[in-house]
Amino acid sequence: MNLSPRLLINAALLIFLAVLPFLTDWAGDSFYTGLVARILILAIAALSLNLLIGYGGMVSFGHAAFIGVGAYVVGIGAFHAFEDGIDWMLNGYIQLVIALLGSAFIALIIGAISLRTRGVYFIMITMAFSQMLYFTAVGVETYGADDGLSIYSRSDMLGLIDLNDEKSLYYLIFVSLLVVLYLMHRLVGSAFGNVIRGSKSNEARMRAIGFSPYKYRLTAFVIAGAIAGYAGFLMANLNDFVSPDVMHWTRSGDLIIMILLGGMASLFGPLYGALAFLMLEEILSSIPLTIGGLRVGEYWQLIFGPLLILIVLYARNGVDSFLPGARKNT
Amino acid sequence: MSAQDLLVIENLVKRYDGLLATDDLSLTVREGELHAIIGPNGAGKTTLIKQLTGEIPSDNGRVTFAGKNIKRLSEADRSHIGLARSFQITSLFQDFTVLENVCLAVQAHSGHSFRFWKKINNDTALTDPARDILRQMGLEERAETATAALSHGEQRQLEIAVALATKPKLLLLDEPMAGMSREDSEKLVERLIELKQHYSILLIEHDMDAVFSLADRISVLVYGQAIATGTPDDIRNNEEVRQAYLGEEA
Ligand SMILES: Nc1ncnc2c1ncn2[C@@H]1O[C@H](COP(=O)(O)OP(=O)(O)OP(=O)(O)O)[C@@H](O)[C@H]1O
Ligand SMILES: [Mg+2]
Repeated sequence: MNLSPRLLINAALLIFLAVLPFLTDWAGDSFYTGLVARILILAIAALSLNLLIGYGGMVSFGHAAFIGVGAYVVGIGAFHAFEDGIDWMLNGYIQLVIALLGSAFIALIIGAISLRTRGVYFIMITMAFSQMLYFTAVGVETYGADDGLSIYSRSDMLGLIDLNDEKSLYYLIFVSLLVVLYLMHRLVGSAFGNVIRGSKSNEARMRAIGFSPYKYRLTAFVIAGAIAGYAGFLMANLNDFVSPDVMHWTRSGDLIIMILLGGMASLFGPLYGALAFLMLEEILSSIPLTIGGLRVGEYWQLIFGPLLILIVLYARNGVDSFLPGARKNT
Repeated sequence: MSAQDLLVIENLVKRYDGLLATDDLSLTVREGELHAIIGPNGAGKTTLIKQLTGEIPSDNGRVTFAGKNIKRLSEADRSHIGLARSFQITSLFQDFTVLENVCLAVQAHSGHSFRFWKKINNDTALTDPARDILRQMGLEERAETATAALSHGEQRQLEIAVALATKPKLLLLDEPMAGMSREDSEKLVERLIELKQHYSILLIEHDMDAVFSLADRISVLVYGQAIATGTPDDIRNNEEVRQAYLGEEA
């Protein structure tokens, strides 16, 4: 392995993330640990989506639905443990298995249908499916409908790790990110990844040389869905709360924006994108300037939108374009 | 049909709206022969190739390949029983390297690809045969080059290399010389003479010098019908062909 500048920058970022809780301890302000934990969870989801969009050319616009599935598994489990005394529903391992299998299964159904379409139709149909899940969650009164569910008790990991400890939770999230990064690295470089990338590059030729891309794409869709479901499991535990809002199509849009911001063609892109996205949101929304009685920060999206357009126009690989050794676009 | 017939096309039909692109076409490619198809623009040559590979369905007729009716086979299935095509309009993996293009085609014929973990780009089970094919097509020195950076002539060579990597029994070449310089196409003719030793080939080509120097038999396609089939000499001397197509050229 050669130590390129890019590799060093990536390593520096990971080391920074690894020591962050201690830095914030030292600074006496743990707010940022929570913020970064949230960013890392979204980075995990964005990484999984990038397998579809960046490597596979499948612009799924409903990826947040799978985060919702994972998050609701934790929420519903905690709800029944609390209300009905069903203790096993709080068991983190059972919740995890259900979150992974549930999101994978729903991804299998959504993918099986959506992947028969292309282009704009694919975007619309994945969005429609995710909105169906959103409205389902809004409609279920038992689980708080659109008010959402407060989670009174985080997943019980049976003593292996205590999720109530913010630092432990942070490190679970951080290690999960590392695992997902490595997983993506292996996946993209494997025989399977080669088929996914080839199908994006030239589907007609893929068929002509003897591949049937559909089943590979569907597999990628299921893998990405399950990883996003895992992100949802983490998110519910971090927020102690889940509501239909996590599945709203604008949340799926946020994930796509993170990928665009970070750079589609690179492994670390979605992580940089998630960092950039939430930092920008944080910074822009706290601009103290007021114009004509309106606080600029409240309308941060008005600044964010044009910024995004500039990035897409002038730095097609987002943050990635500014790192050394970036691929030059033609 | 006889034992030496590799591909038998019987009464094949393809209709686009009102237009008969393939009109009750019957044609045979024998084992080991290079069978050329010539015909004016819009005669239905590319349409025929698409029907053979299963890219588009046929409205009628029967295609038998290696003794088997291939009607129900998907495009991928047909590749796996030994049908390979090249594209008239270059169709490569532009963001892959030259070697990766060929490797992907080798991979398609090396079992399933539900292998999620092992690194593939240094897998000699793929790169060794791929490099052999690149050598055969004169591209070995360009193996690590980005495909998009190749010259037009080189892309046309790679177009054939990718088809070869699927270990075909029959090569369907759709105007391999399209857009090539005189010099490049002469070189390609040399390579096709070499390939002829190992593959049965259905060659579509407008370059008459190439066709007449390469073909064992030639079929002339006009408005989706084969108006003549025969040896190069037969075709050269065929009055109907001269009028319909060759004109003053022959
Ligand atoms: N998808 C399509 N829809 C409608 N008509 C089509 C379609 N594809 C081809 N055609 C028509 O079918 C006829 C045969 O086209 P084809 O591409 O097979 O010709 P060709 O012999 O390959 O010509 P060329 O030498 O220019 O490559 C043409 O008249 C063409 O316009
Ligand atoms: Mg044609």
